[in-house]
Amino acid sequence: MLQQATETEAPTLVVSGVSHRFDDYLALDNVSLSVPRGAFVVLLGLNGAGKSTLFSLITRLYDNVSGVIRILGHDVRRRPTAALQRLGVVFQSRTLDQDLTLKQNLMYHAALHGIGRREAKQRCQEALERVGLADRQHEKVRNLSGGQARRVEIARSLLHRPGCLLLDEPTVGLDIGSRESVVSIVRKLVAEQDLGVLWATHLIDEIAPNDVIVVLHKGKVLFNGTVPEFLATTGSDNIRTGFRKITGTANGDSQ
Amino acid sequence: MTAAALPAGTIADEPNRLGLGGYVTCLLGIVWREVMRFLHQRERFFSALVRPLIWLFIFAAGFRQVLGVSIIPPYTTYVLYETFVMPGLVGMILLFNAMQSSLSMVYDRETGAMRTLLVSPFPRSFLLLSKLLGGVFVALLQAYVFLFIARLWEAWTWSNQDPILTNIAATWQQFGVVDPHLSGYLTVLPALILSGLMLGSLALFMSSVIKQLENFAGVMNFVIFPMFFASSALYPLWRIKESSILLYEICRLNPFTHAVELIRFGLYGQIGPPAEQASQAAADGWSFAVVNGIDLTHLYVVVGCTIFFLGAAVYAYNPSKGLIGRRGGAGAGA
Repeated sequence: MLQQATETEAPTLVVSGVSHRFDDYLALDNVSLSVPRGAFVVLLGLNGAGKSTLFSLITRLYDNVSGVIRILGHDVRRRPTAALQRLGVVFQSRTLDQDLTLKQNLMYHAALHGIGRREAKQRCQEALERVGLADRQHEKVRNLSGGQARRVEIARSLLHRPGCLLLDEPTVGLDIGSRESVVSIVRKLVAEQDLGVLWATHLIDEIAPNDVIVVLHKGKVLFNGTVPEFLATTGSDNIRTGFRKITGTANGDSQ
Repeated sequence: MTAAALPAGTIADEPNRLGLGGYVTCLLGIVWREVMRFLHQRERFFSALVRPLIWLFIFAAGFRQVLGVSIIPPYTTYVLYETFVMPGLVGMILLFNAMQSSLSMVYDRETGAMRTLLVSPFPRSFLLLSKLLGGVFVALLQAYVFLFIARLWEAWTWSNQDPILTNIAATWQQFGVVDPHLSGYLTVLPALILSGLMLGSLALFMSSVIKQLENFAGVMNFVIFPMFFASSALYPLWRIKESSILLYEICRLNPFTHAVELIRFGLYGQIGPPAEQASQAAADGWSFAVVNGIDLTHLYVVVGCTIFFLGAAVYAYNPSKGLIGRRGGAGAGA
């Protein structure tokens, strides 16, 4: 039977029973998770846990062979256009054109979503204001610091007004001040716009006390729930110890 | 969560439809980005121009006395070697440009810019085609700047009091032949676009197959040089036939040969050699395409190769069948 949840009811992102295999190893093993509206879900895992593979599947770089991925109810495989229209992504690697200005970068992205010039200009302005960089829109990206470039990437990911935002280790390589500003911008978005956010990281100190955390280790989801539940399940008094216990790794945080 | 059951085909809460306007916006955006990136890489523009000009100014000038070019279509009289080699050098611009954009796509894939492109909601084949057209547009800019400089050079050499040159110039005028390039600039455009698309789609396919390119040298050695030298870019095929039948056959199988010939005829407002020439080709068991007394082999080969390479590239980037997922793909490192 065909069941199609409407956008207003569906969680922003549902991943259910997704496995993915590269030639000889299983990168993802029956992974399920859900990001409701207005939720900040932390995907916690060490490097190589399968976070990027999962992101590649959600962004449809390649298709999931088993399981289902839905963005606001739209199946990524069956209705990729609708799904990708509702998805905003900040990739781990730097993806802005260094030689173009902030505005040119954003206009390019708007074009990729078929947004006409006049509308795009207005949205660029708004998005840059949101991340506090509107006064620098005619500067080249090359002149920005790492943290500022990240903020531009967040502004870019919001241009087409997505309902679900994916961020793949967005704070890697940033200093403490920049990290805090990137985290607070995204948390504010979640609070104000009812956006669902999936935030992949291996940095435990980015987790807030009432976040939902999904622990991904060697392609398997080891835990999925709120922080207090996590502490209770693992019988530890902080996330770091809990993570160490549950994954059996000597060092919970690689940094 | 209550799921509202809808009849098949009903679309719930569809985001804005991507109409024709959206497609045009997307295509223009992608082409615009390619052009902006190209203009910001001054040294790339410079080297793209210097390369064929060196061939024209030095190599062709030196070769002029060594290699006599007989009257073969589309030429109606004896031509200077410079004139003969011009289409080949334009082809070289297209070839280098395609390979460079292929390299940049591999690089894009590693930095994630390719992923920014592929996360766009438009169909992937459309995105790849747009990317390709962006590359072709950049190549066209270079080709026309080259043709313009080559024309100035030609004008300058005519004006020199070189006896051979003045003789040929006299012959030109005697036959009432005006410099072929004026209207040729326009008629060569479709040939340039087609050849650019063919080489670009080959490069696009390569970019999906090659996971990591160490540097440009590998592409030079294994793709550009063989394609360029085993073609009719530098010498007429009948000359090659005289020295080696095998090499002649290889040249005829090389799609780049057909691209160069298409450009050569395009510069004179033609699509292919006339039929009497074609019947000779038919006797060789080669020509399968004589229409209205014109041999369209070059056109067919270029179009066919474009479709084939483009299909291969779209297949390689296809999310479910493609090569990226199987190989671990972009940014699979972390």
